[in-house]
Amino acid sequence: MKAFGKNVGFGWRVLLTLVALPAILLPATACFQGAERSLVLTTTTSTYDSGLLDHIIPPFEEEHNAHVRVISVGTGQALAIAARGDADVVLVHAPSLELQFVEDGNGVRRTYVMYNDFVVLGPSDDPAQASGLSNGAEAFRRIAESGAKFASRGDESGTHVKEKEMWSEAGVESVESQDWYLSLGQGMGGTLTTANELGAYTLTDRGTFLARKELNLVIVAEGDERLFNPYHVIMVNPDKYIQVQSELAGVFIRFLISPDTQQRIADFRRDEFGLSLFNPVHLEETP
Amino acid sequence: MEEIASGIWQALKLIGSLDPEVRRIALFSLQVSGLALLLAAGVAIPYGIWLAFSRFPGRRVLIGLTYSGMAFPTVVVGLIVFLLLSQQGPFGILGWLFTPWAIIVAQFIIAFPVIASLTMSAILAINPGMRLQLRSLGATRTQATLALLGEARVSMVIALAAAFGRVVTEVGAVIIVGGNIAGNTRVLTTAIVLETRKGEFAAAIALGLILLLISFTINIIATRLQGRALAR
Amino acid sequence: MSDTIYTLDRLVKRYGEREACNIASLEIRRGEALGIIGPSGSGKSTLLRLLNFLEPQTSGTIRFLGETYDARASVSLDVRRRMTLVFQSPLLFNTSVLNNVAYGLKLRGVKDAKTRASDFLQKLGMESLAREHPSTISFGETQRVALARALILEPEVLLLDEPTANLDPYNVALVEDLMQRNLREMGTTIVLVTHNVFQARRLADRTALLLDGKVVEVGPTEQLFSEARDPRTRAFLGGEMVY
Repeated sequence: MKAFGKNVGFGWRVLLTLVALPAILLPATACFQGAERSLVLTTTTSTYDSGLLDHIIPPFEEEHNAHVRVISVGTGQALAIAARGDADVVLVHAPSLELQFVEDGNGVRRTYVMYNDFVVLGPSDDPAQASGLSNGAEAFRRIAESGAKFASRGDESGTHVKEKEMWSEAGVESVESQDWYLSLGQGMGGTLTTANELGAYTLTDRGTFLARKELNLVIVAEGDERLFNPYHVIMVNPDKYIQVQSELAGVFIRFLISPDTQQRIADFRRDEFGLSLFNPVHLEETP
Repeated sequence: MEEIASGIWQALKLIGSLDPEVRRIALFSLQVSGLALLLAAGVAIPYGIWLAFSRFPGRRVLIGLTYSGMAFPTVVVGLIVFLLLSQQGPFGILGWLFTPWAIIVAQFIIAFPVIASLTMSAILAINPGMRLQLRSLGATRTQATLALLGEARVSMVIALAAAFGRVVTEVGAVIIVGGNIAGNTRVLTTAIVLETRKGEFAAAIALGLILLLISFTINIIATRLQGRALAR
Repeated sequence: MSDTIYTLDRLVKRYGEREACNIASLEIRRGEALGIIGPSGSGKSTLLRLLNFLEPQTSGTIRFLGETYDARASVSLDVRRRMTLVFQSPLLFNTSVLNNVAYGLKLRGVKDAKTRASDFLQKLGMESLAREHPSTISFGETQRVALARALILEPEVLLLDEPTANLDPYNVALVEDLMQRNLREMGTTIVLVTHNVFQARRLADRTALLLDGKVVEVGPTEQLFSEARDPRTRAFLGGEMVY
């Protein structure tokens, strides 16, 4: 190389600095060494993207010298990853899928942590005339009748599962084949952005909606008990997957329902919105 | 338009204030992709050289496969690596899924055919008379081969730059196998996905600008070098 | 010590079915300039590659400096380094002119190769090119650099394949001058392949006509031009189609 060094020297140097040097330093950096113990938590986008987990997990990590590695995906994918033994614990919101997960022997110690509720959003001019309803199924029926656009997560997430339940409550069939029905295959955030741009109706959990102040969408229906949205934590079955950190996962589950954590859940962004995004279920006083 | 402008303004403030999280993610992206590139280059360059110089039955098939590897969808690479590294998969025992190693494996696979193909075609593009010319000046077989590699060196650097640009901007595979874990497997691209999903467009734009800066720098180097190589 | 440097005996080179070269007998004398003329495709370049031992012949022998090499002989590096070939289309390496000229010396382990290359370029009046990259110099300059790259090695045999093809008269004169000066200084044996009969007449002591890979006639250049024995030679020198 020496004989030919002259006219590529510059490129080599820049490339070396940009690529090789940091790469060589990589194994020395923290993320490769990690804490003593780590826990893989798969969860839904609503708990993570809203910032809730970043708010409640640090005390756990400090106290137990453990690192919680959060993978935020749809509930369907969160459970699927866990069912392959690639996670230790899941925090999701789709009761029917959760029960199936436990029944299949994939999870144990399913524990109720908190709830919030789903709301039906729509454009402010409300072409389906669904606003002000407290009957969620009626709102879905009117949307279907009016043929106004509806944006669906379409990703087997907890929200998507709930949405399918609501269509069937409303007696609307084969909704996927309607041309006003948009199955996006995106997370909650992406779905809200898309619905907002298209002036479409959509279903979302209240927490994610409140955290998105820039949206033009408004709540058209809320308060139906069928729109209730409970979150459960489930440990991946250590009898099925020996590598599951069952002890630490157990500690984590107890941590989530401990009074301190429950209070932190209740307090999370409450000052900002005037109400809790997530309501804990193991506190005596209700916010 | 207003949103983009204010987003860019806030993004510049984020970059200007050297937000530690943004800086960390950017550095981590460079590190992971850099290591993946080095490892891939360590195997792909010798492989490309071997493929260029050797003669054996089935060589054309192998060349074709190597070239088509460049068109392999990265998200499929992600899916395959996920399945391989999953506890259910053959390499689950390594415990690499959702760690930086998983990202490195995926980026290695994505970079390999790019580096190998471009190295090979760089050597094949050298005038076939060059080896005779070198031998005629008194080069041994080894000396001639080394000099031929020297002739292809600019194209090899370009190959590395192209592969680096491809892996550092890759998102689909990285999010599947890395899981976009904060402080652990979050790179620029997956952080952009997350911030966009959260509606935090300023942060997304800041990260996007850094990613642009990196890939532009790489491309400028590659173009400069290519300019020289073509000027021959 | 004989004054014959090469003796070719029934030397045949085939590429597949095609016979590129079939020379019953040819002697090249030490220190002479042998011109080889003939139409394109007559096997001139193949002959040069055989003389340079760049590829093995199919059959027959080459006797070089007292050693006889047949088709399977391995030629030592030392022997190969006594000769060099300047190709018809000069291939310069993708580095400075100076590095190009120094390359052969570096291969031979010469320590101050670059200094010597620099001095040599100066001697040839080409010092202004030293730092240039091949992509920035003219075709004539490229041809002269290729020649300098060969001459600096002070080879015992210099094999030239159409060194002035595609050059303008000015550059032809420069290249020929370069060759002749070095020929006189170093007593180099030159084998000059050219399709230009006038160039052969200017530079060669003896000239051979090659047709279809075979030597039709060989003799002192002036004699060949004035009283060729073979009608095909007379026709070729007269500018007629030989085929």
